[in-house]
Amino acid sequence: MSLLKLNNVNVTINGNNEKIEILKNIDLTFEDNKIYVITGPNGGGKSTIAKSIMGIIPVSSGQIILDDIDITDKSITERAKLGIGYAFQTPARFKGLKASDMLNLAKGENNTDICQLFYDVGLCAQDYLDREIDATFSGGELKRIEIASILARNPKIALFDEPEAGIDLWSFQRLTETFEKMHQRYDTTIIIISHQERILRLADEVILVDDGTITEITSREKFLETISHIDSDCACRNECIKGGVINVDCDR
Amino acid sequence: MLTAIDKVLLEKIADLHEIPQGAYNIRKDGQGISRNTTKNIDIITKQDKPGIDIIIKPGTKGESVHIPVILSKEGLTDVVYNTFEIGEGSDVLIVAGCGIHNAGSDDEQHDGIHEFYVRKGARMKYVEKHYGQGGGTGKNILNPKTIIEVEENGVAELEMIQIKGVDKTVRDTDVILHKNARLIVSERLHTYMVQNAESNINVKLMGEDSSAQVISRSVAQDDSKQVFHMNLLGYNKCAGHIQCDSIIMDNAKVSAIPEISAFHSDAQLVHEAAIGKIASDQLIKLMTLGLTEKEAENIILKGFLG
Repeated sequence: MSLLKLNNVNVTINGNNEKIEILKNIDLTFEDNKIYVITGPNGGGKSTIAKSIMGIIPVSSGQIILDDIDITDKSITERAKLGIGYAFQTPARFKGLKASDMLNLAKGENNTDICQLFYDVGLCAQDYLDREIDATFSGGELKRIEIASILARNPKIALFDEPEAGIDLWSFQRLTETFEKMHQRYDTTIIIISHQERILRLADEVILVDDGTITEITSREKFLETISHIDSDCACRNECIKGGVINVDCDR
Repeated sequence: MLTAIDKVLLEKIADLHEIPQGAYNIRKDGQGISRNTTKNIDIITKQDKPGIDIIIKPGTKGESVHIPVILSKEGLTDVVYNTFEIGEGSDVLIVAGCGIHNAGSDDEQHDGIHEFYVRKGARMKYVEKHYGQGGGTGKNILNPKTIIEVEENGVAELEMIQIKGVDKTVRDTDVILHKNARLIVSERLHTYMVQNAESNINVKLMGEDSSAQVISRSVAQDDSKQVFHMNLLGYNKCAGHIQCDSIIMDNAKVSAIPEISAFHSDAQLVHEAAIGKIASDQLIKLMTLGLTEKEAENIILKGFLG
């Protein structure tokens, strides 16, 4: 049973003239075999929470505890070895590194079938094994390899930063299936940053982050209810340029 | 006779574990020590200067020629002129390369001048690897000069790799391409400590529909220096592309000097050059897979120099 805790975590960076608080007093607990979706407006601090868990962004104060080990001062490498994995929103491209090299590095000693990993993310292994992860990869292909690299590691804690960004509709379906499968097969704690309703539907808990703080932790049912309420009771309706007519998708 | 050191050098530069199959000529410390010719490939010692003529009969397909040079005597300067006649319609692999073992305090130097005539419709792949070892204070110096003329519909593919241990190198490559001839160059260069490398590649696209693609990748570490001067000259309807990519580290210095010149309105020439350190997002990605920063760096460099 693994448990990840953030205790009173603050992240502050130096701005031009003043200190800017990115995260303020974040307290969170993540249990295993659960799916958490972190959502909220852009610039609210969602990615910073995930990056501070992976050690990519150092925390200014507070503690991060994984299975009773204080990992606050541990490096990215050490945290990775303790079982944390991170799928980047915009994955890096590598000249000279093949997709199979990446997945072999990711799987390490795990007895994972590389070809199966390609199929799991909807890519033909034969076509992709020997392809370099360079500028010839589309954004969608890159994201799928990135997600496969997390599946290869089978980490205790899997962080996905906007996994749906840049993925087409067909693979969106596969993406949600991938999370569901991971959830069924393993005890992984899955933490997904997302704005997508279909991903929110997977959540055991929805964490709302705005302006560097946690504004609400709620269940998926409650959250979806709130969304439908907002939809039907759209605040823009009175000033809507479309006149608030029915059948207009309003994304505001 | 090949010593254990010779065998290591041969493996590094020509992937050879034993005496190669097919035609070969092994040159050691300024002298030819072993040679084999085949029905289609002849190797003749030059009479007027050191070196050999390699003559490949028209229509020869799928054969290879290995011509490694190994040096293990300090204080030696070896100059060699080799001429390759790649017969019409043939398709061959030529593996050259120079390995130096210098355990002494005097310099060892090999200047190889290679001239290629790739005849009509012929296809040649040329692989050249340079490697030095020995641990002495004497320098390992390699100055290859490569001159290539590709006739109508011919293809020349060059792989030029400096693996490690070469203290000083000046590489000159001059190519002339005729009608519909194609050139593909892939250069890999790695320098470290106080090593110095200079690579000059000049390609004249003379014939209609000739094309050239030059991809150069390098890594410069420690206090080493690299200078790239690449020049494409288009005299006809042609296409040329140079891509020069360098990873710079520590206190190294890298200059990439681009030059493209067109003398015809249908010449299309592109030069891309980039110098930079290893991207931090690459390092971080590999670290999130459990690699240390140093391990991540090695994987990235190894892949880049492929």
